[in-house]
Amino acid sequence: MNQNLPEDPQLREMVKAALAHKVTRRAVLGGAVATSAAALLAACAPSDKAQLTPATDVSDSDPSLIWSNWSLYVDVDDAGNYPTLEKFKSETGISVTYREDYDDNDSYFGKVKDQLALGQDIGADLTCPTSWMAARWINAGYVQTFDEAELPNKKNVQPAYLGEAYDPQRTMSLPYQGILAGFAFDKKAYKDATGKEAPAVLADLWDPSLKGRIGVLSEMRDTVGIVLMDQGVKIGDANSLTEDAFMSAIDVIGQKVTEGQIARIKGNSYKDDLVNGDTIVAIAWSGDIIQLNAEAGYDRFGFVLPESGGTISADCFVIPMGATHKKNAEKLMNFYYDPYNAAVLAAYVNYITPVVGAKEEAMKLDPALAENQLIFPSEEFLSLTQGFRALDSKEEQAFTKAFQKIKLGA
Amino acid sequence: MAFAAFSSTKSNGTSKPKKTGRVVIALLAPGLAYLGAFFLTPLIALIMVSLQAQDPYGGIGDYIPAFEINNYFLVITEYFPHMFRSFSYALIATILALLISYPLAYFIGVKARPYPLLQKLMLTLVIAPFFISFLLRTLAWKQIFSNESWIVTTLQDTGLLEADQYVVGTPFMVIFGLTYNFIPFMTLPLYTSLERLDTRYLEAGSDLYASPSKVFRKVTLPLSMPGIISGTLLTFIPIAGDYINASGDFLGSSSTAMLGNVIEANYLQINDYPSASALSVLLMGAILILVAGYVKKSGTEDLL
Repeated sequence: MNQNLPEDPQLREMVKAALAHKVTRRAVLGGAVATSAAALLAACAPSDKAQLTPATDVSDSDPSLIWSNWSLYVDVDDAGNYPTLEKFKSETGISVTYREDYDDNDSYFGKVKDQLALGQDIGADLTCPTSWMAARWINAGYVQTFDEAELPNKKNVQPAYLGEAYDPQRTMSLPYQGILAGFAFDKKAYKDATGKEAPAVLADLWDPSLKGRIGVLSEMRDTVGIVLMDQGVKIGDANSLTEDAFMSAIDVIGQKVTEGQIARIKGNSYKDDLVNGDTIVAIAWSGDIIQLNAEAGYDRFGFVLPESGGTISADCFVIPMGATHKKNAEKLMNFYYDPYNAAVLAAYVNYITPVVGAKEEAMKLDPALAENQLIFPSEEFLSLTQGFRALDSKEEQAFTKAFQKIKLGA
Repeated sequence: MAFAAFSSTKSNGTSKPKKTGRVVIALLAPGLAYLGAFFLTPLIALIMVSLQAQDPYGGIGDYIPAFEINNYFLVITEYFPHMFRSFSYALIATILALLISYPLAYFIGVKARPYPLLQKLMLTLVIAPFFISFLLRTLAWKQIFSNESWIVTTLQDTGLLEADQYVVGTPFMVIFGLTYNFIPFMTLPLYTSLERLDTRYLEAGSDLYASPSKVFRKVTLPLSMPGIISGTLLTFIPIAGDYINASGDFLGSSSTAMLGNVIEANYLQINDYPSASALSVLLMGAILILVAGYVKKSGTEDLL
């Protein structure tokens, strides 16, 4: 039944209300006024930590689930099917509607914010914001607490992902994949333009022959993080990553945008520009690149971490308060914490898997896979990466605004 | 808004309704209710949000009701270049669309009159782009002018573009996209007024020894003025608020961001709702003033 509901969250609520009560048209219109009034009030209401209650779970009667995720983030076969999701369906009978509509943390949040604040269905039972955004949702009380009984495989979570300040025991969020950001480049085009094999430091991106062919992520923490690390700033350390340091990195990026060196600041859609050749070098996410190569059919793109280091973060499963298929969502998470399934997924998406035992399973599938530093990184490799420190909301707003100003130009 | 200017001219007419009975009210009610629910209510909500202040104890995107008129001055100082850019692009694209559409509409409406089939076929061609979503068509232009496309490489080889210059992301590309997307909105009103043009006036003009250009200036142009005015309004207003063509995901870049892009970024990325709302109100106000001035100056009484 869920599949037939409109995608727009506000309309969804209205249609659902109508279906639930079998109401007359007049009552629906009344409801529309009430919902918009509620949204208006929510927009005006002073916000404390929201006191929301989880939506009624209809998992037992409705074996379905909507999962809203980033693009290139689950295995796809040539026919366009999702093999692990099909396996999940055959094991549990739950059919997953998979949506690739999470392009950017800020814009996704901007779209669903009002529904989250009211505890309404956002059109997804499960979604994967990056950890800092997951932290924002958790701190605001927008997500449901997991039922541990449904998650026996939670024991397989890599210990490195426990102990986060926003969710120390991982009772409301679980890491889906660890993400590295570094330089992605079109091998041939890069060599033709610069004569070099691969970019190694940030200065290589400022090569005059690459003018107008550089793209950076609209994910502030990755793009600015890499520039900050190039300037010797430790981005995980509040004493090193000060507002001044941040703004000086912003100045560098702003100048390169004004000069026309950086032509594009984008979310996940940067992959289109790499594919059509508009972008030659991009600050990008590791796993995407390997998948783009698979689509291209040859090793067209390369991915390297800058010598000064790349950024590391994680996207986390969360179940919004308004989700009506919590149990199904938990079953799906549990499914992906099975080491074998995690290895199959990793073999395709090529991000760092947070599951203990996946490496051993990967060894059985394909030894080369288990050796891949981008999926199963060694301690040494990880020492090249840093995670962006937590920001308080004032800093976050100031930083976001400064970064967005670059995007809008003068 | 703009239509208030039109309707005020009507009241000068001779036949005043004697009875404003219940029937009139009943007939007006649905329209008024519609405007109240879907225009006035959101407008009031928008103005209320535009005056909100940051919640001192809240997180990102938390605002409290206030009367922060300062929001307006802040966005004007911060985003003046974008406002200027929006209206310049809108003006240029409107003029270009007019220059392209007028001959086209003239040909379909006047010259093709003896051939009804040709006329209908050409009209269909004008509307044909609407059969495909304009997002797809805009993306197609992006692809056609992409950095590695033969158009761009040819331009670079012939020296019209420097080796490190590209087309996508430039003001040229954005204005091109805007003009392209809005040409049908210009052509159709022009066609409807030119189609009614009585060609005997043109003959009379030339019988009185007016040169073809003078006939055009003194007869054709004034008679097609209603089409020009509605065409320019139908293009200028939406172009000024457009945020698709100028967006970095389509034909623009950070150096071409228009007001619509600023509003989008403030709303969806920065979560600064008061600034986004203030900008929306300003955009509406600016368009209202410009259009009212334009309609007044072009003397609608004789035209409509």
